[in-house]
This record gives sequence, structure tokens and C-alpha cells, in this order.
Amino acid sequence: MIAESGHYALVLALGLALIQSVVPLLGARWRDAALMNVARSTALAQLLFVAASFAALVTLHVTSDFSVLNVYENSHSLKPLLYKITGVWGNHEGSMLLWVSILALFGGLVAAFGSNLPLSLRAHVLAVQAWVASAFYLFILITSNPFLRIANPPIEGRDLNPVLQDIGLAVHPPMLYLGYVGFSISFSFAVAALLEGRIDAAWARWVRPWTLVAWIFLTLGIAMGSYWAYYELGWGGWWFWDPVENASLMPWLAGTALLHSALVMEKRNALKVWTVLLAILTFSLSLLGTFLVRSGVLTSVHAFATDPTRGVFILLILCVFIGGSLSLYAWRASALKQGGLFAPISREGALVLNNLLLTTACATVFVGTLYPLALEVLTGEKISVGAPFFNFTFAPLFVPLLIAVPFGPLLAWKRGDLVGAAQRLLAAGIAALLAIALVLAWTYGGATLAPLAIGLAVFVVAGALCDLAERIALFRVPLPISLRRARGLPRATWGTVFAHAGLGVALIGIVCETTWNSEYIGAMKPDDVAKVARYELRLDGLTQRQGPNFRELLAQFNVSRDGDKVSVMTPSKRNFTTRGAATTEAALLTRGASQLYISLGDASADGAIAVRIYHKPLVLLIWWGPVLMAFGGVLSLSDRRLRVGAPKPAKAAAARALQAAE
Amino acid sequence: MTRKQRRLTLIGCALAVLAIAAGLVLNALRDSIVFFSTPSMVAEKHIGPGKRFRLGGLVETGSVKRGDNLAVTFTVADGSATLPVAFKGILPDLFREGQGVVAEGALDTSGVFRADTVLAKHDETYMPKEVADALKKQGHWKDDYRAKPNETPGANATPSASVAPTQGAMR
Repeated sequence: MIAESGHYALVLALGLALIQSVVPLLGARWRDAALMNVARSTALAQLLFVAASFAALVTLHVTSDFSVLNVYENSHSLKPLLYKITGVWGNHEGSMLLWVSILALFGGLVAAFGSNLPLSLRAHVLAVQAWVASAFYLFILITSNPFLRIANPPIEGRDLNPVLQDIGLAVHPPMLYLGYVGFSISFSFAVAALLEGRIDAAWARWVRPWTLVAWIFLTLGIAMGSYWAYYELGWGGWWFWDPVENASLMPWLAGTALLHSALVMEKRNALKVWTVLLAILTFSLSLLGTFLVRSGVLTSVHAFATDPTRGVFILLILCVFIGGSLSLYAWRASALKQGGLFAPISREGALVLNNLLLTTACATVFVGTLYPLALEVLTGEKISVGAPFFNFTFAPLFVPLLIAVPFGPLLAWKRGDLVGAAQRLLAAGIAALLAIALVLAWTYGGATLAPLAIGLAVFVVAGALCDLAERIALFRVPLPISLRRARGLPRATWGTVFAHAGLGVALIGIVCETTWNSEYIGAMKPDDVAKVARYELRLDGLTQRQGPNFRELLAQFNVSRDGDKVSVMTPSKRNFTTRGAATTEAALLTRGASQLYISLGDASADGAIAVRIYHKPLVLLIWWGPVLMAFGGVLSLSDRRLRVGAPKPAKAAAARALQAAE
Repeated sequence: MTRKQRRLTLIGCALAVLAIAAGLVLNALRDSIVFFSTPSMVAEKHIGPGKRFRLGGLVETGSVKRGDNLAVTFTVADGSATLPVAFKGILPDLFREGQGVVAEGALDTSGVFRADTVLAKHDETYMPKEVADALKKQGHWKDDYRAKPNETPGANATPSASVAPTQGAMR
């Protein structure tokens, strides 16, 4: 019954989405407020039905109803409850249902909190949102229905892929989808603006918080996924330039550009046409990511040909939405009036440079990801584009961007003073040179590029702090006044400082990990000692243990440093009986921002076990950086100026005081 | 500056950045792409020693020999040709005789493929797509290698989902 009601709720949601796609548009055309308001109720009802459908699938997984194909294929009655729930989106059908649930959630949020939007804009936005939703409901119902029954229900399920039985699955996909799908709002706003032929600074003020929310989640989602891969895959890599990762990186790059160009539009009413294009491109890249991951085209273009329905369907959605919105853009963009003027050296100019470099970097990732596919389709030749390609193209584009980052916030709007900004960044420059000298001296004769990169990262962090010091006039006025100024700074300014500093922090982590990472690989027997980066690791022994749905081989290591005992680490190797699959559970020991990392290989007949031990200096900074960036985003989001229509108590009070004085 | 001059500056900058990016991309595409071959393609094409490529095929049953210090040798076959492979390091969890494998590396002068990376993306029913395609093309495809693409972990973006590379000590 539950499966059927879940299916039925999804069909009803499709019906509502179809109504929402058409009626509000007619209302906007006829200027009928009642028809336009239909969008609000249908969006909320849609959310309700999709949530019910999703809840139904979760219930089926939790109660282990193996008469449902999706549950049978991805669950097991002995699986811990957490993984029964997260297993819902650990497969194709379930993850698509999560995708539309989040889409409906965002639509519902616009409907619920969009009361300060002009009525016709809201109607247009929700209608476009419903177009996207309808396409994906159809996709699920026709090609990937998660509620299909099996005629003869088996007693036990086939279990979830062991690699996915991890807390990472609980957090990473929902975060990533909140990011991907969140960009649908800026897309809908952009298409609505094109349909209406009207766009202004207020539009940017509405779009920015939604973009920011999506960006925060995407940032955290990518960082989380990277950390998950790092500890779960067992060889200590954290970014592989794999097409699946690139699929999430591309919308992030475009979304970051969008965030900055919307700023120009909001503050200076310029770059309108470009901002609208970026909003369309960002969501298009999210759709492309969905296509790449969901169609099976990545494993091989031939896989795509053997199971064509899903791939072709998503490709169709992709073509209709990207092609349609870009054509609409080409047709209507000229109707949008050009805005304010600015000199090349100005805050606007800096933000344009940011956009230029980010989108170009995004384009290189795009080429590297899709070139193998294109080549295989055209010539049948199979190639792979690996990390070197991206290191040679992406990195050179990010270097000028990082150099420019500290300058941006220090330049004035309209016409900036580059020399003045450089003077104010003197302290940051000195800090960077000191860092380079220190690192060079410390690692004398080692890598030469790494100290320079560290210097660049220090420049970015110190530059962000310089900007802050400048604003609160640190050391130029008494400290209490500076502190009061710091409290009085808009939260968005704090957000910029944190986000930019986070970029530098992540770079320090990346450079340290890739350059000064030390490793030990070898076969160890009990009481053998391995030495890695001043740590001594003694293998105490191996034990077998039975877990809920797996057996594991535990190895216990005694870690000491310079003779002092530090800790005990227990990496393991798990064998999942149902799938006959094995996973490696790495053991991590965190010391400050650095980590020791042990993963196990095969045990041999003579009692030895293959062991891989890494010492990764400052590796955690790689993920603290994005967390800082996301925190900056949250601060910026909480800025009162972004809450459109919120009364401004300070100003109102001042006005009243003024009136009283008169 | 007039509006026109400003716009020209902008467009000039944009074109310069794009040109640099295009140069970087073309240069990198020439140097850092890796082709995929099976043992019989290696024999046909006479790939020279030192050129990096990806080798795919089946690990021949009974060919895996473990030496000292995690050295492993095995033979990759595709039905019509075989190629010896040497690897040093930890093999992926799912490396087995009779199963598909993809290894990245280069031939040495004695004709042995020195792999520095062994990729494993398969469980007991799934095998790497490239290998499956190559075997099918040569008519060595057996139905029991039933491909299961949807075995790839669902939610997007687990890098684990697509490949689980193992890097050896030669990095």
C-alpha cells in the first residue's frame, strides 16, 4: 500500500506541476491576480505531495519491504537503521526522488517567503520552476520509478554497496543536491526576467540570497565529498579530477562567478545581461552534472547506447532547458537596459576579472571532462584525460585570480585606485615574502614552486585581514574604537573576509599535502615497526571481528613519536558477505591540522599484511578552507541588507528622531 | 575613457584570457591524455616503450605471482593476445584472477607493462566498461560478465563511484 500511495503522490505532484507551469503565466498575461496566486498554492501542495512520496520510500526502506524492487536491490534487513535511511538515495531511482524533493522544497520556499516579490515576477519564477519539476517528475515516472514491485518477493535484500555504507552518504548527496538544485531558483529568476523583459537592482537583491544558499551547500557538499573519498577509498587522495567530481566543480565555479556578478548588479545596476547569462549557465551546468552522473554516459558512451531510455530522456531535458533558455536569452537579452558605467580599474572591474577567470577555468574543466566523450563518439578512440591536464590548465588560471582576490574589496566602486590598494596591501605582501623566505629556508633544496604557492596563499589570507584592518582602522585609532567599528561592520563585509581567507587556507593545505606528504608501503608482520615522518608505528597484532552485516580484520598499531606513546590506531578491512565485496576502513589520527593515515591491503599466507601509511601535513586545511568560505557565506546571508523588505529599524528610528526634533 | 573605449578594454582582456586558456588547453591535450589499449591492440600498434597508456583486459587465471616487498606480476589477456604486467604496491580490494582490470603505465624495453596505477571498478558481476567493449568487439564476450552499470553507487559524486584507483610506490 505504501509503495502505491508514494507512487500516486508523485503522479499528483506531476499534475500540480503541470497546472503551475501554465496557469500563473496566463494570469500574468491577463493581469489576473487570482490566477497568478495559483502558483503559490500549487507550489506548496506540490512540496507536500513530493514529501509524502519521499517519506513513503523512506518507510519502505526502513521496514525492509523487499517486495519493492528498489528496496530489494539496495537494502538488507541487517543493515543499521542509519544506512537503511541513507540507502534511499544511494541508488539511481532514490537519488532522483531526492533531487525532485529538493526542487519542490525550493519552489515551496519561494512560494512561502516570496510575499515581498512583485506578483507577476513570483508567478513567472514559480512557473519556470514548475517546468523543470514537470520534466523531472516525468523522467522518474517513466524511466526510474522507485516504487516498482516484484511479483515474487524475496526474503532478503541484496544490500547496499559497502562503499556507501558510511555516514558520508547521509550528508554528502543531500548537501550537493541542495546546491545543484538551489541554482534552479536563480535560473527561474533569470528566465522570468527575460520573459518579463524587465530587470533591475531589486531583482539582483532577490536572487543573491538564493544563489548564496545554493553556493553554501554546494561548497560544503563538495568539501564533504572530497573528505569522504579521502578516508573511504583508502589511498589518501582527496581530489581525482574525475568526471563525477568535475560535474560538481563546474556549477560551483559558475555559481561563484554568479555570486560576484550579482553583487555588481545589485550595487551598481551594471552587468545585467551577463548576470542573467551566468544564472542560466550555472543551472545548465548543474543539469549537465545530473546528466553525466545519471545517464551512465561516463562509464562509456556504449553503456548509454545499450540502455538508452534514461540517458536519452535526460539528454532531452538538458537540450530543451539549456537550448530553450539560451535561445530566449539571445532573443530577449537586448531588451534589458544597460546600466552604470565603470572604469577598468574599479571594484566592478575587479569583479569582472573574477568572472572572466572563473568562467574560463570552468570552461577548461568542461573541455577536459567532455573531450574524451566527444572523441569516443566521433572516432571511437578511447582516451582518458587525467590530473595532469587539469593541473596544467586550471592552476595557471587560478594564480592570477588569487593574486587579484585581495585587491577587489580594496578598490572603490566606479573608479578605483590601484596604487592606493597596493599600498594598503603592503603588509600582506611583506607577510607573503616572509612566508616564501621561511619555507624556502626550511625546505632548503626542495621544491621551488611550493614555497611560492604558500606565499600566494599567505598573501590571500593576509590580504583579507588587511582589508578588515583597513575598515576598522586598526592601530590608527584606539583599540576600543576599532572594536566598536568591527562590531558595526556589515555582516557581508565579514563574510567577504572569511570567504576570501578560506580560499588561501585551502590552498595552504593543498600545497602542503601534495608536496610534503610522506608515505610507507610494505608488508608488515606483528611487532614490525614502520617509520613515517618522525612517527614510529608498531603493528601489535591482527584480530577478526563480526559486525552487523560484515566480518572485519582489525589491525592494531601503536603510534609513538620520538619514543613517546601517542595513540593507538586500528585500520580494518571489511568483508560484506551479501555482495561478496570488501572495503578498506582507513584509520586516521589527527595531530593539529596534520593527519596520520593507515589503510590495509591483503593479508598473505605467512601472517604478514600489506600496509599503506601516510603522513599528511596540514591536510585538514584543505577542508577547513571551504568550511570558512561557507561560514563567510552564512554571515553574508544573515546581513540585514539582504533581507528584502525587512524594515530598517535604525533608519526608521533616526527619521522619527529627526521629525521629533523638528 | 569613453564608453566605447572601456568596452574595448574589457573585450580585449576577455579575449586575451581566453586565448591563454585555449593555448593551455591545447598544449595540455597534446601532452597529458592517455589512450586505452588491450593487449592485442598493443601488439598491432607497436606502442613504443615509455609511452603511457591504459591497458585493459582480463587477469589470466594462475598468472598472479607475488614477489618480495609487495611486487606483483600478472598477465593481462584479451582472448587473442597477452601482455605481462609488473606492479609494486597494494592491489585494489577487488583485484582477482579471471576478472577485468585496467592498469595505467608504460611498457619497458623488455616488453613488460610497468603499471603504476591499477584501477578496479567492478564487483563480482561488473567489469570495466572499456574492457567489456573491447572483449565484445573481439567476440570473446561471455554472458556471465553481465554488465551492471547501475551498480555504480547512486548519489552523485562519490568519487568512489567512478573509479577507485590504487597508486603504487612508483608515484
